[in-house]
Order: sequence, then C-alpha cells, then structure tokens
Amino acid sequence: MNSALTSAITAPRFDPWRTHAVRVARMTPEVPGVFTCDLAIQDATMASEYRFAPGQFNMLYIPGLGEIAISICDDPQSRGSVAHTIRIAGNVTHALSELAVGATLGLRGPFGVGWPIDGCRGRDIVLVAGGIGLAPLRPLICHLMTHRREFGEIHLIMGAREPSGLLYSAEYSAWRDGGLNVYPTVDRGDDSWPGHIGMVTAILDRLPLRRPAETVMISCGPETMMWYAAQMVIGRGVDAKSVYVSLERNMNCAIGLCGHCQFGPQFLCKDGPVFSYDRVASIMKVEDL
Amino acid sequence: MLAEGLETLIKALADDGYQVVGPTIDQQAIVYGEIKSTGDLPRGWTDLQEAGTYRLQRREDDAYFGYVVGPHSWKKYLFPPVTLVASADLGEHGWQMRTPEPDPIKYAFLGVRACELAAIRIQDKVFLGGPFVDPTYEARRSKAFIVAVNCTQAAPTCFCTSMNTGPRCESGFDLALTETSDGFLIEVGTKAGQVIAALLPVRPANSTEIGHAEVARQQAADQITRRLDTDGLRDVLMNNLRHPHWEEIAKRCLSCTNCTMVCPTCFCSSVSEVPDLTGEHVDRERHWDSCFNPDFSYMNGSPTRNSVSSRYRQWMTHKLATWHDQFGSSGCVGCGRCITWCPVGIDLTKEVVALRDTTGNDLANLSDGHAEGAEASP
Repeated sequence: MNSALTSAITAPRFDPWRTHAVRVARMTPEVPGVFTCDLAIQDATMASEYRFAPGQFNMLYIPGLGEIAISICDDPQSRGSVAHTIRIAGNVTHALSELAVGATLGLRGPFGVGWPIDGCRGRDIVLVAGGIGLAPLRPLICHLMTHRREFGEIHLIMGAREPSGLLYSAEYSAWRDGGLNVYPTVDRGDDSWPGHIGMVTAILDRLPLRRPAETVMISCGPETMMWYAAQMVIGRGVDAKSVYVSLERNMNCAIGLCGHCQFGPQFLCKDGPVFSYDRVASIMKVEDL
Repeated sequence: MLAEGLETLIKALADDGYQVVGPTIDQQAIVYGEIKSTGDLPRGWTDLQEAGTYRLQRREDDAYFGYVVGPHSWKKYLFPPVTLVASADLGEHGWQMRTPEPDPIKYAFLGVRACELAAIRIQDKVFLGGPFVDPTYEARRSKAFIVAVNCTQAAPTCFCTSMNTGPRCESGFDLALTETSDGFLIEVGTKAGQVIAALLPVRPANSTEIGHAEVARQQAADQITRRLDTDGLRDVLMNNLRHPHWEEIAKRCLSCTNCTMVCPTCFCSSVSEVPDLTGEHVDRERHWDSCFNPDFSYMNGSPTRNSVSSRYRQWMTHKLATWHDQFGSSGCVGCGRCITWCPVGIDLTKEVVALRDTTGNDLANLSDGHAEGAEASP
C-alpha cells in the first residue's frame, strides 16, 4: 500500500473523536438491499485535504442513532465527495438508506490499514470478492487501472447469490477495457444469465496462474469464502504472506481504544481490516473468537 | 513524618489545586472518593478477602492504610465510567459535530498500591501509546499527582509477586509512603513530589524507623501465597483455544461483567447516543463496556461471541495472552479483584492451572490439529 500516504492521513494529530459534517451528494441504488451514498465534506479546507488509501473505512454517524464502520468504495483520485456502498443491515444503515440528497450527517476517518499496493507492484494479482465484499475492492480496482503498467496480470473474480446481486455490474466492461480479467459468478443463475454458475473457488481453481510465486491474492467477502480461496491459491503455490483478507468485527471507536473489534491479538480497526493471511490463518477457523 | 502530617499532605495538595481522592468507606467497602481530611480515610479498618468474599473488619490499631484493595481502582478517574466524547447539534446548516474542551480537573491520588501503579502504567500504554491518543485520559493523566502507599499486608487473593508488580512501590509515583507505628516513611519520586514534600512536617528517618518500614513491607510480601505461573502462559492459552475447560468455566461463570468492572486495566467501552427532548442536541457518551456482554461483539444480526465460554475465553486470553502482543506486557497486575468480586468465586489463577494440567498431547491435537488453517503457513 501507499504507506507514506496512509501514515500521513492517519497520524493522530487531531482529536480522534472529531467528526466532519458531511452532506449527501448522491444516492444510488445498487443491487437489492444495497445502495451507494456519496458524501461531501462541508468544510472546504477539510474537503480539499481529505485523502484515503484503498481498503480504508470511515465511521458514518447519524446523530441520535449511532455510528458504523463503512468501507470507502470511491476512486482514491476522486475529489469533492466520498462514496460508500452500504448494505441495509441494522438501524443505522437503514436510516442511511432513507437519507435524501442534501441531508447532513457525520463522518470520522479514514481509518485502518488498506490493501498492500506496494506489495502488488510488478506482480500478478488475483482479486476475489463475495457479495458486498466488492465494495472495499473498488478503490483498489480504480488504482490498479490508473497505474495499470505497474502491475502484471490482474484477475477479478466476484460472486453473488444471483445475477441481480452482482454489484457494480455496469462497470465490468470498463474494468475489462482497463485491463482486468473479470469473472463474475453466481450461486443460482436465471434465464438471462449467460455466465458462470458456482462458487468463486471453482473459477479460482481453473484460473491460469502463470507465476504463482509472484502472485498476490486479495480477497474480501464472507470469512468462509476468503478462507477457502486462501487455501486454494496457497495450494497452487502462492505464498501465504502474499494472500490478503479484509476482516470484519463489531467496531465502535475505530481508533483501537474500545476493545470491540479484537480478533485474537489484532485490533481490526488499527491493525487491519486488511491482514496478510499468515497473520490470521491460525485463528480464522476458531469458532466464536 | 508523624501520622498527623497526613492532614498537612492533604491540605498541601488541595491548596495546590488538586482534588484529592483516596480510600474511604462507602456501602461496607473501602472505595475511592473525595478526601477532605484524614477523617474521610478508613482509619482502623481492614478488609478480609477471598474468592467471592469481601468483608470489612475493625483493626486492632489505628492504621490509615491497613487494608489491601477494594472494588474501585484509579481508572475511574483517568478513564471515567462515563465520558462525553462528542456532541451534535441540529442547526440552520444541518448537523454540526463538536468535541469537548479538555477536562481541566487535577487529581491527586492518595493511597495508590504497587499493583495499581502497574495498572496505570498499563493503561498509559493503551490510551497514550498510539497510534491514537485518548484526549480525556491524556488530559487527566498528565496532571495527576500520585501518592503511593506501600502495602504492609496482603489478602489471600493477592498475587502481585507472580506478576512482578509488587508489593513494593518502585516507581511511577510522586511520593510513596510506608505506614508504621512510628508514622509515615516518605520517599520522593519526582520534582513535583519534592515540592509537596517540602511543605510537610518531615525529618530524615533514623535507622530504626527505616527498619520498621522494611519489616512492615516485608510482612505484605510474606503474606502472599497465591501464585500464577506465567511461564509460557501466552502460548499455553493461545494453543488451547478449543480446550474443553472453557466450557467447564462457562458452567459457573454468570457473564455478569464484575471482573471487568473491577479490573484496573480493563479498558473496553461503547459510545451511546443521548439526545435531549427536542432531538436537536445529542451527546455522545462513552461508558465502560465489557467483553462479557453479548452485544459487545454484535455484528450482522448476532453476537460473534454468543456463548459464555467464548466470552470468558476472550477475557482471559486477552488479559493473559494477547495483551503481550498488543501492549508488550501482561494485562494482569495480580491485584486479585476479579477473584474477590466474582459472585461465584471463579479464580483465574486456578483456571490457568486447570488449563495447564489438562494440556496433553491429545488436547494439543484437539486445538491445533483441528485447525485446518494451521498448515497454510509455510
């Protein structure tokens, strides 16, 4: 990842509870139960200084209801507003889904350690996403396309339950044009679905890896999916240190002080959410950890 | 310093702008509260402690600090049970958020034990060690004045000697007292302590008095019988995450959170929304939370740790194992509060013994061999 950038923006030179007032700039329905919310920071100086690294998240805050961690899904080069793709799951996400353009709310961030962009340079990259897990990968996809020549082959495998659940499907052709091999797959097809049916691992199993030792796998989705995907590529010769997963736990403060997001020795908010697989492999399958 | 000098110390600290807090009796326990004079101190009282039991008892002498530790710890002042971290106001331009000004309060802690000095050092790491710094803790901690008091007796629940945190107060104080029948022996730890000490009716201690203080401190060390074997403990616990003994503990544990509330190092919290009646002003209040609350790990519709066994495992493995990875030391200082204040008397030192004693090859296989992920690391 761009470590210089990340350390500059996460350096604690401010009150970590300081919350920016933001305005809803755009609301976009995505797949059923999922929408994208573009938020514009009100303060002009803050808005112009705001930067994030792919894989980082913001805390979105609705006064009176609470705060939740949401991955940033925007192009890191975009300016003026920050996009968040959100699945309606609880009180806060439901309230977020009902906000009108122009409504105000709060934003803290960005937080967390993002995807290992530095570790991807010159290597082949396999991106594996499940469902809403594609959202945190989108900034990385944008970055890879912008700097396409710095990277080797790029494969993107994404899975959804059914074709209508495939996130950002309108962008796939642009991603293909940008130099990515895009492989969507669904658990259940329908009459209109011409593509793959099956798990992401079925595609991963057949994916040509021309140089496994020089390949990085990056995944985001259900933990079970990430675990099987990791097993599969490691079995095909990819180093466990070059396999990355993005984990999720209850998050409250986002600054490593509240204890909620602990996963074994890790605080997901400040040590993650992105981890190399070798750091978490031994505890990923421990039940209820 | 004669015992009467204690009054001068309290007054000197108050005159210097400190709010003096220290031991006092409330609800049949020695707790920490505001101290206006020596009359507020638990003079002539002691505490009897064992697993699940705490009782006050009259002493045969008039010692001011003749007890061990109660249910409170100093974290209630440095990391208050409820803190305003931010607020939101709905105005003409929509919601605007603010963070409060740093707290100007200056505390002087009177009667800090060696294990509690260690607990403060540990919480310093948590709240000040970065990458983010807690503004409330920083404001209060940087201004606090610490008067340590060496233990001259120990409870059966104490095991500071196993954790290398006591009973002697070695550092981390402005002043340290040892109470004997002669009065108080005073050690100065900092320049701020020197300034206050200069205001007290003190004279150099003679060798007899120094000897009495040594005997008194040694008495505490000699009374400690409880042990926690910390040798390789981190790995023992982390290699036994699937050990059946977690279920055994869960049969007794009520998941009541007492151990985490009384623990001087536990730091978990949650932020609540507290709106006023108009709904146009919202305070964001951070309050102590506990890994024993099911909601603490709530995510995507259910708690990640939905069983008592998983919650007890989280607490113990964090305290005794992963704390080392996170903060470079154990999270336990051996104060014994979690043992005393557990309503069913669960004793973590005994649970560690049970885990160690039943960790054979078979069980090791149960924990590691079952982990399909283990072979993933080259």
